Amino acid sequence: MTRLRRFLLAALLMCVAPSAAIADEARLREIAAGFVDANFSAIAETAEALAATGDPDAAIVLQELRDGDLHWRKDDETLVIAERDRRDMHLFHLFTGEPLETVRRRDVSKVKVNNAIRNQVDALIGGLTLLSPDPEARRSAAEALYDTRDPALLGPMEAAMAQETDPALRTLMAEARAAILLADAGAPLDARLEAVRTIEARGGQDALSTLAAAVPDDGPADLLAAAAEARAAVEARLELWGYAQNVWQGLSLGSVLLLAAIGLAITFGVMGVINMAHGELVMLGAYTTFFVQEIIRTSAPGLFEWSLLIALPLAFLVSGSVGVLIERGVVRWLYGRPLETLLATWGISLILQQTVRTIFGPNNREVGNPDWMSGAMQLGELTITYNRLWIIVFALTVFALLLVVLRRTPIGLQMRAVTQNRAMAADMGVRTGWVDAMTFGLGAGVAGLAGVALSQIDNVSPNLGQSYIVDSFMVVVFGGAGNLWGALAGAFTLGIANKFLEPFAGAVLAKILVLVFIILFIQKRPRGLFAVRGRAVEA
Amino acid sequence: MKKALAGLALGLGVVATTPTVAQETIKVGILHSLSGTMAISETTLKDAMLMLIEEQNKKGGLLGMELEPVVVDPASDWPLFAEKARELIEVNEVAAVFGCWTSVSRKSVLPVFEELNSLLFYPVQYEGEESQRNVFYTGAAPNQQAIPAVDYLMDQGVERWVLAGTDYVYPRTTNKILEQYLKDSGVAAEDIMINYTPFGHSDWQTIVADIKAFGSAGKKTAVVSTINGDANVPFYKELANQGIEATDIPVVAFSVGEEELAGIDTAPLVGHLAAWNYFMSADTDANYDFIDAWHAFIGDDTRVTNDPMEAHYIGFNMWVKAVEAAGTTDPDAVIDSIVGVAVPNLTGGYSAMMPNHHITKPVLIGEIQDDGQFEIVDSTDGLVVGDAWSDYLPESAPLISDWRKPMSCGNFNTETGQCGGTGG
Repeated sequence: MTRLRRFLLAALLMCVAPSAAIADEARLREIAAGFVDANFSAIAETAEALAATGDPDAAIVLQELRDGDLHWRKDDETLVIAERDRRDMHLFHLFTGEPLETVRRRDVSKVKVNNAIRNQVDALIGGLTLLSPDPEARRSAAEALYDTRDPALLGPMEAAMAQETDPALRTLMAEARAAILLADAGAPLDARLEAVRTIEARGGQDALSTLAAAVPDDGPADLLAAAAEARAAVEARLELWGYAQNVWQGLSLGSVLLLAAIGLAITFGVMGVINMAHGELVMLGAYTTFFVQEIIRTSAPGLFEWSLLIALPLAFLVSGSVGVLIERGVVRWLYGRPLETLLATWGISLILQQTVRTIFGPNNREVGNPDWMSGAMQLGELTITYNRLWIIVFALTVFALLLVVLRRTPIGLQMRAVTQNRAMAADMGVRTGWVDAMTFGLGAGVAGLAGVALSQIDNVSPNLGQSYIVDSFMVVVFGGAGNLWGALAGAFTLGIANKFLEPFAGAVLAKILVLVFIILFIQKRPRGLFAVRGRAVEA
Repeated sequence: MKKALAGLALGLGVVATTPTVAQETIKVGILHSLSGTMAISETTLKDAMLMLIEEQNKKGGLLGMELEPVVVDPASDWPLFAEKARELIEVNEVAAVFGCWTSVSRKSVLPVFEELNSLLFYPVQYEGEESQRNVFYTGAAPNQQAIPAVDYLMDQGVERWVLAGTDYVYPRTTNKILEQYLKDSGVAAEDIMINYTPFGHSDWQTIVADIKAFGSAGKKTAVVSTINGDANVPFYKELANQGIEATDIPVVAFSVGEEELAGIDTAPLVGHLAAWNYFMSADTDANYDFIDAWHAFIGDDTRVTNDPMEAHYIGFNMWVKAVEAAGTTDPDAVIDSIVGVAVPNLTGGYSAMMPNHHITKPVLIGEIQDDGQFEIVDSTDGLVVGDAWSDYLPESAPLISDWRKPMSCGNFNTETGQCGGTGG
């Protein structure tokens, strides 16, 4: 991957400056030799000197430095690119990228980078790639210069702005120019006041920190006043967006709660079985996702983006079958004896945990995020992360599907019939035992689906289920046992309440407050938000 | 099984070549959770101990006798730790115990070791404020981890601090020390934000948004994380998803090591920091040899090594040396002979056991790399002596600990000139 990027970068840079395409390799190597066995200040100076050559090849070396692939050999102190492969290092030529030999790890040393160097190198590469034909490179160059505000790059920035055709990039460059002007004490006051307005228009927390950091404390009074005013305006806007953000985060937390609880809403809510192994069924779904991704990684890497969709039906089947086994093997002998059910399923949860631990090991397993689940989009001042967005969509879809199954299918009809009046249903020829198994299996399968989603935001470890079991019961009890709409309303109410409490009360106290609220609520309405008649009620 | 057979064969070999020695062994207890929530961290330490014991037996054992590991599983259950410790000492008659991870498990076994007068080597970084005669703390005290990490970030120009932790004793104590230290260093109270989260917290949206807002005051901001182990990973993910990179707001964590990073994609985490006394990437021959031995022992060359493993390596070698010096495994003799014992650590120096039962260590600051390893970006000039009682807390500043005779006291008050009683 790195190699590919490197070649692309090289190709792009060659387009910019064909005359410099034939690199003065020896000269660059001479400068870059400063990286060998150097401390951070020497590395920073060497990077500076490399960038000063203006040679496109220098940008490649800097990029390798930024990525942490630049090494030097301990025997002859030549610089190479090295990639680790377990206990070996594969070496590549510094400029051409052609493979060299493979050595032991202890034979090469890395040119160290820290965050300070990364920031510096970003700016240096930015200066070298402002005119790059690749819009993405220009964007990151402008972003880097916005952050570093190096007055020396004002000229190149203005030159790049003049020939920029993409309006979004032009705005970005104008903002970067404004940030540079703000920080430059030598710039005319008018230009700096104009810059304050540009940054204010940019808005967001970025703008706040730029306005605070870029304006020196001893700047002209007019400028300081303008900056303070702009900060206040940006803050006021941010505060309004803060509420929207709380609602969004509440919805997101609610959707996670809904996913975790919806399977339980069936097994506990509809059937009245206290299933302490519910969390472990969620965990099995997450491990199924891991297993699917593992197979895809080794045999069909191209399918990785689809791994979650492939895992969904499998997770449903795995958790569903385990659920049916639990029902047929244990739970059905204990109907009407809640305390024994509780203890037995708790035992099952421990067995499942330790089994997974024995098979997959106690450590976290890596479940990757497909590209469409990573990153975020900006909606005004609201950061909407894609993984959360998709989980909300997914939770609502699962909810809708379940409603359809329960309301519109024969098996759903039978499930409701058995729940409402077992004896009557049996008289009508419904195989109640089979329906029990299917209902439990359905609840368990849905828990498996939840596991696929949770694998994207939480650690996949044998302990995954434990962290959700209490929350799930809370949602179902609060929403009203036996009613899917109750689970929906319960999950989103708890999610949003939690998120509005958290900024004031802190995460620990918010959780306690929610719990106290539920206890009080249950005193008032023992059957939850949406009470329904069911076997649990009759019992 | 194969390994067990090999060990047996080896054992028989030793017995056969030294017929004068009776078939007696020295038993070594290993008290690490192999099931339950803490198995994720502790199983590796059990394996590391088995490897160290096997290697020592290859070198001829100890005092001419074979070492025999006794492994028990306290199952991440704190009261069970005390029971299992008692079982190891009373039933199995082990000469020393290597074990525990969480502070609460250590606290729960302390009375047992005191009562039965045995030895515990505790390999994990902890909050300090303790020194017990029967315990040797081979992990880092706060001044060997947290304070140097904060110093490093100050050097990097950080002026605003978020202290984020899980709500239990280690983060609370460490943050108390750090807050005092930061204030002593001239950081204003409004530039410090302290935040606690419950165990197993996985919804980090609000906290990350808060940190983002806190970091937009125009001063360089960093997060000091005492968040428990792998709960850091969803936290990092949320940071990355909300577009905060290490170059903007770096996070330095004290409970994230190679083991915690194994099994996640670290590309979005590059540049976040950890402070330990050992990193797998340490560029010394001793370390490369240790890694090779570990891979050979475990039969998997993708497994990582980490700081608590090095602590066991140091602690075990110190115990061996102290037993050899004393000529016996008797706890009282070993407690007397182990102070001052120095053994090589894996980062190219020597670690010594101090009179307060803490050891000297180098402090390393590492940045996470995209291969799940840490790049060492800073290290203390020399070794740092573990400080049992923090100098930054008013109630513990006057306390010192010295288990050598005649003082033999874990919390000697230099102001009153009295020993506050034995143990922490």
